[in-house]
Amino acid sequence: MKRNAVAIVGAAETTRLGVVPEMSQIQLHADAAFNALADAGLKLQDIDGLACANETPVQIAQYLGLAPNWVDGTAVGGCSFMMHVRHAAAAIEAGLCTTVLITHGESGRSKIGKPPIVIRPDSLNGQFEQPYGVMGPPTLFPIPVLRYMKTYGITDEQLAMVSVVQREWAALNPRATFKDAITVDDVLNSRMINYPLRLLQCCLVTDGGGALILTSAERARDFPQRPVYILGAGESVESPMVSQMQSFGSARAWRQSAANAFQEAGIKHADVDHLMIYDAFAHLPLYGLGDLGFMPHEAAGEFIAARHTAPGGRLPLNTNGGGLSYMHPGLYGMYALQESVRQMRGTAPAQVPGAEISVCHGNGSIFAAAATIVFGNCV
Amino acid sequence: MTTSTRAKPVPTPETRHYWEGALAGELRLQRCESCNQAYFPPRPFCPVCASRHVHMFVASGKATLYSYAINHRPVPGFTPPYAIAVVQLAEGPRLMSNIVDVEQTPEALTLDMALEVTFLRIDDDIALPVFRPATQGDSP
Repeated sequence: MKRNAVAIVGAAETTRLGVVPEMSQIQLHADAAFNALADAGLKLQDIDGLACANETPVQIAQYLGLAPNWVDGTAVGGCSFMMHVRHAAAAIEAGLCTTVLITHGESGRSKIGKPPIVIRPDSLNGQFEQPYGVMGPPTLFPIPVLRYMKTYGITDEQLAMVSVVQREWAALNPRATFKDAITVDDVLNSRMINYPLRLLQCCLVTDGGGALILTSAERARDFPQRPVYILGAGESVESPMVSQMQSFGSARAWRQSAANAFQEAGIKHADVDHLMIYDAFAHLPLYGLGDLGFMPHEAAGEFIAARHTAPGGRLPLNTNGGGLSYMHPGLYGMYALQESVRQMRGTAPAQVPGAEISVCHGNGSIFAAAATIVFGNCV
Repeated sequence: MTTSTRAKPVPTPETRHYWEGALAGELRLQRCESCNQAYFPPRPFCPVCASRHVHMFVASGKATLYSYAINHRPVPGFTPPYAIAVVQLAEGPRLMSNIVDVEQTPEALTLDMALEVTFLRIDDDIALPVFRPATQGDSP
C-alpha cells in the first residue's frame, strides 16, 4: 500500500452513546453512517464501497439503500474496523471503488436487535475451552495476566494505574460514560470479577456506533474536513482459543500487525504523537506498549505508573478514556479509530497539541486478531 | 464444582480419539512423524510442518500450571469462585483445564506448580481431562 494515498474524509459516532434503547443494532449502524456522511458533506449515492462487522454488508447495504461495487464483511472481533480501513485503502488504490463507508453499530447493553453469540459445542472452542467454565471475554481475557505479571515483574499497583490514568483522560471527554476520578485503592478495592482483574479493570458494556468514509488522497483535499491520511497498516490473526496462544508474555498477532504498520509507514516509535491501544481489559495497554515495540514489556508497568501516558505525558494513550471509561459495546475498535481521527483533525476534546502521527492498534476477541493503522495529517 | 449443567463438548471425526481416550482414562495427544512435534488440539496433520504423517500417543499426564484466573461470576455448572487454568504439558502442548483437589485461591494455586491429569466424568459419553497437584516426589 502506498503511503498517503488514501484518507479519511468522514468520521462520526452515533448521535448518542451509552444506553440507547430507542435504537436497534442495525439502526445504530445507520445513525452513525448518516452522521459520517454529513461530516463529509456527501450523499449516500456517493458511496460505492461498504464494509461493516456485527451486521453483514448485505444487511447494511439493503437497510441503507446502497448498491456497492465493493464490500468487506471481515468480522474478527473488535479490530475488524481497522482491517476494514486497511482493506478499503487497498481497494481504493486498486480502483475497485472510490468512496468507502465503514459502519459499526452495537446494542451491547440494551441488546435490541442483537443476535446472541453462539459457540457450537462441536467447535474447537466448544470442545476444548467452554467445558471449563468459560462464559465470554470476562472469563477468558484475564487468564494470561498472572503469567504476564510474573514474567515481567508487573505489580498490582502498576496494573491498577492503567484504569486510573484512563479515567483522567475520560474526565476531559464530555461523551465519556465514566468521568469521576478514581485512585489505585479504588481499583484494587473494587469488586473481584476474575482474579486478578477487578471491576474497574474491565471494560464497560454500552450501546453505540460509528462510521468512517475513505477516499483517495487526491480527492480528499476537496472535502470540508481536514483529511486524515493512512500512512501504513498491518493485520494478523493467531488463535481462536486463548489457551493456544504461542505465549502469554506477548501476543504474536499484535507484534506482526504493528511491525508491518510501522514499516509501511516508515516511522520510528519516537515519531508517534498519539497512541490508541484497544483496552477491553486493563492489561491490554501493557501488552501493547511491549508488542508494538515502544519498550520492553518489563518497562510497560512502570511507564504507565510514572504517568508517561497520562494527560501531559510524553506518550498520550487512549485519550478518549478507552474501553475502560469512554464506551465499549463489544467491538470497541471503531471508537479507537474515531479518537485517532479527531486527534489528527485537531478536534479531540482532550486534544494533544500539534499531534501529527497517531497509531491506532486494535484487538479482536481474546488476543485472536490484531490490526494497526498509522494515521497522519501532513502530506 | 458441579458437573451436570456445564457446557459439554461434542466430538468430531478429528477429535473423537481424544474424547474416547478421556473416557478410558488416557490423555491422548498426537505427534508428527516428520518433525517429531507433539501438538494439540487434535487434527490429522502437523500444525508446525504441515505433514499428514502423524500418530496418536498417550501423554504422561504430567503438567505445570502456566496461568489461571479465578472467576467470581456465575456460570452454569460451576460454583464461584473457581479457577480456569491453562496447563503446560510435559510433552509441550498447553491446554485449558480446571485444577481440582485444591483450594481455588491465589495462595493455593501457584504458577509452575506440578500437576497431574485426572478425569472428571460428566455423563456416560464424556469425561473431561482436569488436573490436580502432583503426588509428592513425582513432579515433571
